[in-house]
Amino acid sequence: MQNPKSLETLVGLFVVIGIGALFFLGLNVSNLASYSDTDGYTITARFENSGGLKVRSPVSVAGVRIGRVTAIDFDNTSYESVVQMKIGAQYNTLPDDSSASIFTAGLLGEQYIGLQTGASEDYLTQNSELELTQSAIVLEEIIGQFLFSEKEN
Amino acid sequence: MITFLSTIGHSVIVTLTKTGRGALFLKQTLTCTLSVLCQPRLISKQLFSVGVLTILIITISGLFVGMVLGLQGYYILSDFGAEETLGVMIAASLVRELGPVVSALLFAGRAGSSLTAEIGLMKATEQLSGMEMMAVDPIQRIVCPRFLAGCFSMPLLAAIFSMVGILGGQLVGVTLLGVDEGAFWSQMQSSIDFYDDILNGVIKSLVFGFVVTWISLFEGYDAIPTSEGVSRATTRTVVYSSFAILGMDFILTALMFGDI
Repeated sequence: MQNPKSLETLVGLFVVIGIGALFFLGLNVSNLASYSDTDGYTITARFENSGGLKVRSPVSVAGVRIGRVTAIDFDNTSYESVVQMKIGAQYNTLPDDSSASIFTAGLLGEQYIGLQTGASEDYLTQNSELELTQSAIVLEEIIGQFLFSEKEN
Repeated sequence: MITFLSTIGHSVIVTLTKTGRGALFLKQTLTCTLSVLCQPRLISKQLFSVGVLTILIITISGLFVGMVLGLQGYYILSDFGAEETLGVMIAASLVRELGPVVSALLFAGRAGSSLTAEIGLMKATEQLSGMEMMAVDPIQRIVCPRFLAGCFSMPLLAAIFSMVGILGGQLVGVTLLGVDEGAFWSQMQSSIDFYDDILNGVIKSLVFGFVVTWISLFEGYDAIPTSEGVSRATTRTVVYSSFAILGMDFILTALMFGDI
């Protein structure tokens, strides 16, 4: 058997490697690093249909991710989907007449919110609501419409 | 007919009393926990035999499991032109299932069986009763440090297994088969959730470590003190632990990921 000193060294090494592996999994494999964007402001948008959008889906402008979806609720009176998103604090000069659309990354990829910037002089702030929205494109509806129009012709 | 009924009754009573003894044993072990935690030297010695000596088998199997996942995943995903999601597939299956389960099975075979044999032999050579004669509680001195070491090292071993597996999958997928490295990692990072996937995997491995160590220590402590009894207890440890791991895995998965 080893002497007590080298035994302790090996045990220490084991614990360090194990905890290092946990850190590797946390930082390199999972999305823990992107949890850090805590400060920012929340805006809402109403969609007729939010499709496959999920909480934590990205919000992007010009292809750059500036925030995440934080909540998706259903409005009982207008029958719309109310999407809350948190925008990073440094992106504080978005015009308040920007419009939001739900896009799909690739043919089968996940859905995300894309903002198209407007021309207003006023900026979006905490709890602003986006007026112009475009719903998610539901593939089945498009195929249905296509088949229907084929039949008409 | 009467003999048949009495056989059933006998086996039920035997099983129930054994379960009861197991529960009592666990209670005794847990009550010693605090006093053993004050003697870290006892635990670190057991961490060596339970944890450090298991690293090698865990690392090698993790590497090969990850490499096989990389190969198989690549051939299936390339049919759909979705090789870039290889990283997600490897990481999700390792972190959620294979990491905790396979490392727990290996742990039961490598560390659990040796714990049973060690304690069973101590009982057969009357070391345990000798300790009691000297007013040393064998549960506190022998069992509890091993129990804590097992519970503590299992999550670390599972994390090492997953890490090595993902690196092995990267070796096969990216280096040998030419999946794009950026897509491999970025898709993995965007799909694997820290709380849902990784922490649940850690909880799973913690539960497996608890159950496996409990079973192997109890089987050793409860073994018939002969060489045949010890060998049977060792076999039972591996069999029961494997059953317990796979059964608990289903239950935990249903609780964590399913909507049952």
